[in-house]
Amino acid sequence: MKILKTTWLAAMLMLFTSLAQADLTIEITRGSDRATPIAVVPLADGDDLPQDIAQIVADDLERSGYFEPLERSAMFARPASSEEVSYGEWSALDVRYLVVGRVSREGENVRIGYELLDVSGGSRMLGETVTAGRQGLRDAAHYISDQIFEEITDIRGAFSTRIAYVTSTGLGDRTQYALHVADADGRNSQQILASDEPIMSPAWSPDAGKLAYVSFETGRPAIYLQDIASGKRVRATSFEGLNSAPTWSPDGRRLAMSLSKDGQPDIYVMDIGSRNIERITTDSSIETEPAWSPDGRSLVFTSDRSGGPQIYRLELGSGKAERITFTGSYNARARFAPDGEAIFLIHRGSNGYQVARQDLESGRLVALTDSRQDESPSVAPNGTMVIFATQQGGNGVLGGVSADGRASFRLPAAQGDVREPAWSPFLN
Amino acid sequence: MQLKSHARTLAIALSLAVVAGCSSTGGSQDGDMDGGLAGGDRGGVTTGTTDGRGVNGDRAGQMTDADGRIPATRTIYFEYDSDTIRSEFEPVLTAHARFLRANPSATVILQGHTDERGTREYNLALGERRAGSVERYLNVQGVSPSQIEVVSYGEERPAARGANEQAYAQNRRVVFAY
Repeated sequence: MKILKTTWLAAMLMLFTSLAQADLTIEITRGSDRATPIAVVPLADGDDLPQDIAQIVADDLERSGYFEPLERSAMFARPASSEEVSYGEWSALDVRYLVVGRVSREGENVRIGYELLDVSGGSRMLGETVTAGRQGLRDAAHYISDQIFEEITDIRGAFSTRIAYVTSTGLGDRTQYALHVADADGRNSQQILASDEPIMSPAWSPDAGKLAYVSFETGRPAIYLQDIASGKRVRATSFEGLNSAPTWSPDGRRLAMSLSKDGQPDIYVMDIGSRNIERITTDSSIETEPAWSPDGRSLVFTSDRSGGPQIYRLELGSGKAERITFTGSYNARARFAPDGEAIFLIHRGSNGYQVARQDLESGRLVALTDSRQDESPSVAPNGTMVIFATQQGGNGVLGGVSADGRASFRLPAAQGDVREPAWSPFLN
Repeated sequence: MQLKSHARTLAIALSLAVVAGCSSTGGSQDGDMDGGLAGGDRGGVTTGTTDGRGVNGDRAGQMTDADGRIPATRTIYFEYDSDTIRSEFEPVLTAHARFLRANPSATVILQGHTDERGTREYNLALGERRAGSVERYLNVQGVSPSQIEVVSYGEERPAARGANEQAYAQNRRVVFAY
């Protein structure tokens, strides 16, 4: 009994250690030249809170590429409400919008009253009080960021979303793999699977409750579906050969995937309820990396039927596939923009493998990064940002770039490699 | 002589089993649990891995009743974006084919690997193509298909780190795992 208890303690310690180390830290690498100046004033009476709410909001807004928050050192005053604001003085600093607020206690809870002010018009755009427990302060800050972002841009904020990603540490047979879920800013990470065999291709269910992924834990690749809250999971496929690249249909009822059970890798769609599997492509080339259009009527996938990897679009109704990428000799792993009008993909350009956006109507492809080795682009549910895997100083890190390529950030981990980010849908 | 060779094979098998044991213990938590273990204030879980354990050990065990030795060279390398067997490695494949023909109960997993360039899922498919080309070569040399399994790891298990051709060349490989 005593031995058991000690083991349990050791296991918990290891778990907490890995949780702490797995958090990612944002580094803004390039601000957008079109970013709107905004000042997020530190909240009055908020100094003793475990989280700096105003800083979290400012970081969220800056990361989006839409805003350029004013440095605190440049703030000549710290008003707590609209009545205390001298608009002319903020206007002189070229600040377009101002966020002010105050913290008060209500038993164990914290009440955050904030206002969004239009400096040029001298008017109040938004005012609200948010109540949160001490553990929920970061969530409250992301909620406030969402409200401010939507009020100004008319685009729904995606700061209260999450990301999944895979880490690896060590080399060769000693490599340890883990699957994590964290807040969209890389904080609050949780390890949801650990293995000494590779883990690949995490994909969110449309309700953000489950992840599909590929795990080699049996010595062979298989597709698993895991409920994030309970940790319960099922093995969806374990056919001979490849079981790879699962993605959920927008209605959550089907999974597209690449299987090689009938020879070369082809695209298949599984009905999750019945486990029936339908073969979608029958080519002798490689077909993989399927992704659903937002209306669920078509798939894009990577195929090397032309000699090298290119993106094809297949209408599920007719079964007809047509090639849609023609710029360059390597285009792979496409993901749709939420409006269905563009795809984000990996394109081999002059420098190497870069994140690119292709407008579907015009067919025009634009590189968004100038990296050498980008992988796994995943689009924010509001379409404003793309998160992807890249390299920095010989390590795998996550990168983010705005959909117009103007702003970018990095999300490095304290140790090891981070890769295969998947941006969750909206959580509610 | 026969006995001596058998003893040597057994020794190799035992040492491999020890290595396999080591590499699987450092791994995932909670061996046979498929459900969740609550942890942290966000209702987090640690899901353990299932099955898998001792697979390497079993594979190594098959060698104990094998007649002859597994060829020492168990990795062959490939050119960039190619699944063509390089002529310098044909003797290696021939040696494995001879061993597998002489030991019909022996089985091998051909592990296909790529370098890190390009996308992960596409590389997984390329690794399978590479291992498949070795499989066909062995089949042509008379090895039974039932003795061979192909598992692609794509770029997931690099042998060398680094974004340079030297590392890439070491990673573009097929490994014979008995």
